[in-house]
Amino acid sequence: MSDETTAVANPADTGQPEAGRKLLEVDNVTLRFGGVVALDGISFDIHEGEILGLIGPNGAGKTTSFNVMTGVYRPTSGAVRFLGQRVTGRKPHHISQLGISRTFQNIRLFPEMSALENVMVGTDSRHKTSVPGALFRLFRVRPKEDELPEVTATGGIVRTWQQVRRAFAKTFGLSRHILEERAAEDKSLELLRFVGIADRANDVARNLPYGYQRRLEIARALGTEPKLICLDEPAAGFNPAEKEELLDLIRRIRHMGVTVLLIEHDMRLVMGVTDRIVVLEFGRKIAEGPPVEVSRNPRVIAAYLGEPADAA
Amino acid sequence: MNFDDLIGHIGQHTVDGLSKGAIYALIALGYTLVYGVLRLINFAHSEVFMVGTFAVLGLWTAFGVENNPPIGEAVLMLVLGLIVAAVASGGTALAIERIAYRPLRRKNAPPLIFLITAIGLSLVLVEIFGLVLPDLLGSVIPSMFGRPRQIVGMPTIIEQQTLFTIGNTSITNVQMIVLAAAVIMMAILDWFINRTRYGRGVRAVAQNPETAALMGVNQERVIMLIFVLGGIMAGAAALLWSMRFGFTQNSIGFVLGLKAFTAAVLGGIGNLRGALLGGLFLGVVEVYGATLFSSQWEDVIAFVVLVVVLMFRPTGLLGESLGRARA
Amino acid sequence: MTDKNRKAEVRRAGPVERIGDRWRALPRWQRALGFAAMIVFLYYLPLLGIPGLTWLRTDSIAGGANWAGVLFTCAVYVMVAIGLNVVIGLAGLLDLGYIGFFAIGAYSVALFGSVNSPVVKYLQRQFDLPETWAVTWAVCAFLALVLTMISGVILGWPTLRLRGDYLAIVTLGFGEIIRIVARNAEGLTNGPQGISAIPGPEGPPSPDNQIFGLVDVKPWYWLAITFVLVMVFAVRRLENSRVGRAWLAIREDEDAAAVMGVYPFKYKLWAFAIGAALGGLSGMLFASRYAFIDPTQFNVNTSILFVAMVVVGGSGNMLGVSLGAVLLAYLPERFREIADYRWLAFGLAMVLVMILRPQGLIPSRRRTRELKDREAQAQEAPAHV
Repeated sequence: MSDETTAVANPADTGQPEAGRKLLEVDNVTLRFGGVVALDGISFDIHEGEILGLIGPNGAGKTTSFNVMTGVYRPTSGAVRFLGQRVTGRKPHHISQLGISRTFQNIRLFPEMSALENVMVGTDSRHKTSVPGALFRLFRVRPKEDELPEVTATGGIVRTWQQVRRAFAKTFGLSRHILEERAAEDKSLELLRFVGIADRANDVARNLPYGYQRRLEIARALGTEPKLICLDEPAAGFNPAEKEELLDLIRRIRHMGVTVLLIEHDMRLVMGVTDRIVVLEFGRKIAEGPPVEVSRNPRVIAAYLGEPADAA
Repeated sequence: MNFDDLIGHIGQHTVDGLSKGAIYALIALGYTLVYGVLRLINFAHSEVFMVGTFAVLGLWTAFGVENNPPIGEAVLMLVLGLIVAAVASGGTALAIERIAYRPLRRKNAPPLIFLITAIGLSLVLVEIFGLVLPDLLGSVIPSMFGRPRQIVGMPTIIEQQTLFTIGNTSITNVQMIVLAAAVIMMAILDWFINRTRYGRGVRAVAQNPETAALMGVNQERVIMLIFVLGGIMAGAAALLWSMRFGFTQNSIGFVLGLKAFTAAVLGGIGNLRGALLGGLFLGVVEVYGATLFSSQWEDVIAFVVLVVVLMFRPTGLLGESLGRARA
Repeated sequence: MTDKNRKAEVRRAGPVERIGDRWRALPRWQRALGFAAMIVFLYYLPLLGIPGLTWLRTDSIAGGANWAGVLFTCAVYVMVAIGLNVVIGLAGLLDLGYIGFFAIGAYSVALFGSVNSPVVKYLQRQFDLPETWAVTWAVCAFLALVLTMISGVILGWPTLRLRGDYLAIVTLGFGEIIRIVARNAEGLTNGPQGISAIPGPEGPPSPDNQIFGLVDVKPWYWLAITFVLVMVFAVRRLENSRVGRAWLAIREDEDAAAVMGVYPFKYKLWAFAIGAALGGLSGMLFASRYAFIDPTQFNVNTSILFVAMVVVGGSGNMLGVSLGAVLLAYLPERFREIADYRWLAFGLAMVLVMILRPQGLIPSRRRTRELKDREAQAQEAPAHV
């Protein structure tokens, strides 16, 4: 990879790493499966507001370190801390509630749910009502004017009925459950628009085209209102135009105030969008720093660029 | 709580438990074999055993065996019984595989569908022996099918006699035969799986079905083989049961099957030697428990053992896996 | 949805699914009207006399056709099916010991409501109460709900972490344990003799009861159908909320759901507890109506019958499981001459439905698609087991 490509694909707005506080600390994490050392004493930090790239050849331990961060694996030694709290050993749903979300390298949507419902599963995790709330709807909240049921019919019994409902809601309030359901739906639709697939919100995830499924994964992960979103090879199988769109999407995610951790094979993509890069090889960190610096590092060139098929 | 009885006759209870557990172990092999290869609980396996007991009863009825026949006739009847029960049980197991499981496998049905089908099949088999056959044959062979759904007695082939006594523990000839026969059957199966060409195919499919298929192992044949082998073991168990307890019933399979499954899980389902260990262990625990509390709680003990094992060591005492059946 | 996809969907849909689609396509007020008509019809049903349909011979009334009695049985089975559907159809957990919860519900009302129960006698002695004293029916009903829910949690807590097929076997064992305890713990349950004089809404059974008597079953049916409607309403609320979404997500991909912040164990436990409570409620009503229970009524076969109702009808779809329940309750009563063969028929029905139409008679749309997709996968790669 030459310096020109890096410079071209590195627009001004992502040039300087923003100096945020430490969001995630990976502290000397080692993971062994039997005799195999998958991760060997890896340490790096993610700062708030940055886009960090995690790269390395196949089998370097990228996805494995992801799995450690999101609670799928428990490290043999070392710790992962998120905003000072230990993440290791916690259950996946708990980690998601702390504010770490992720996508999957091999797409794992809920195939029989619509795109909208997929995102709603994510947004649900921020809501308070559960089984009793859904069942009895006792907890009432005073609704704002625009949340009240509308009176749309022009006359007749339907209009009367709508008026009664409106008056009822005004007097007794709406149940928190209903308001949350509505908020979840609105927010999910908004997220689908954000990633650009709102036109097929009601299609079953399985029937969506490949590119839509990839972006739906991102929307679903954003639904959990993460502080840190981990994207696991989001551009796999994309053509150059789609990749360009994805870069734009990743930048917009950062503008939302979400920190991004990006695992990627495609060097150009990583160089173009990230503030800093961590390079893994055989479960060890071999380099860390701004993209330009890393791409000049001889060890990285030897380890990574020696692998011809991946740079394409 | 009857500690005195338990401690005072601990040897006797252990022997009783072992001879009971040997039968569980033989049935458990059927669960373990099928699970090891297909990752499927063959719920209908308990009925494979039940069919075996009826086959033995049918044979003895056909030959007009009386109580306590002369020794030559007894041996002949036992050998013939083993063959007939093995054929009947093996055939039933194979039929279950062909009729129910194969079409489901073709459709790649989820595991729960297999389980529900097996439950349905089990119900069908129980009712065939409890109702359909009594309706059809009740007047022809009243000694077997005279009273629908009732316990049917069998002739005593070998009279229980104390073979030898150690301390206050006496071991009868029947217990001895049951234990020895069970261990021999196990050894043969173990040899078959670990030392023969067919066994190698079974282990290959259990470890990695795709690779085994690529290497030219005929998967369908392996599946048929394991069902037949499990059936034969259940048939042997049926013969030993008939000899030791001397009765059968159409619904006999349910509780025995559950216990055998518990034994299989206890030893590590998918693990042949685990089935033996689990069966013997469960038999002993059950007899101890029945002595401590009362025999009417016997069945509860097995279920409690099952729940406890699944909670604390779901892979069983020896661990799962038929593929690595070295253990 | 693109045209191509839509066509593919239509092609895959069978006749039953197409009727469902047309129903859903109707305007909202027409559907509301349809529901209202259906409810009126359900309440009118016991007064209906269609020859052939109501031509039932029952042993409880000499020479009389006990149409309402059969309807009551059907309604109780529908309650069971709807409760079990939460566990099997929505949460995807195979519970083979549902009879255990049914039994706990039945015994709750019997032990606390009947003057003949050892528990009530003990309480009378302890607190110097008159010999006619017993807990009121309404309180018993509440107790049944609470006790079954607790037992659901107690059973679910250790076992819901197990794989699906292990869970099935463990629940089967649980159902058996409940029956054996009911049989053996004579000091608590009267053992095999059973408990009589179980109260109804009007108090203990007696000829003076105006509405809920032993002879006229119509009021019992109306009570049961009211329970059914309330249950349908409640379960629909759950199904169409974040709870239903969480169940579906867990069924489809448990790990992905966990990463998205859904705690699978929590939602499975809820499904188990809700299912248990509904089963307990059905058992409570069953015991009240017959005023007598003994342990033999709660055997394993009945438990498997419950599962058969759900899977034959179409798990995941409340209309489907209700149809399954009505068929499996009504047919043996209607054709009593061959009623002995009903277990054989149930077994055969289960096997045939699973092999030929695994989604059930009136399936849930999503279930059908899941199964079809798996089948398509199998055809693409036939080498897999």
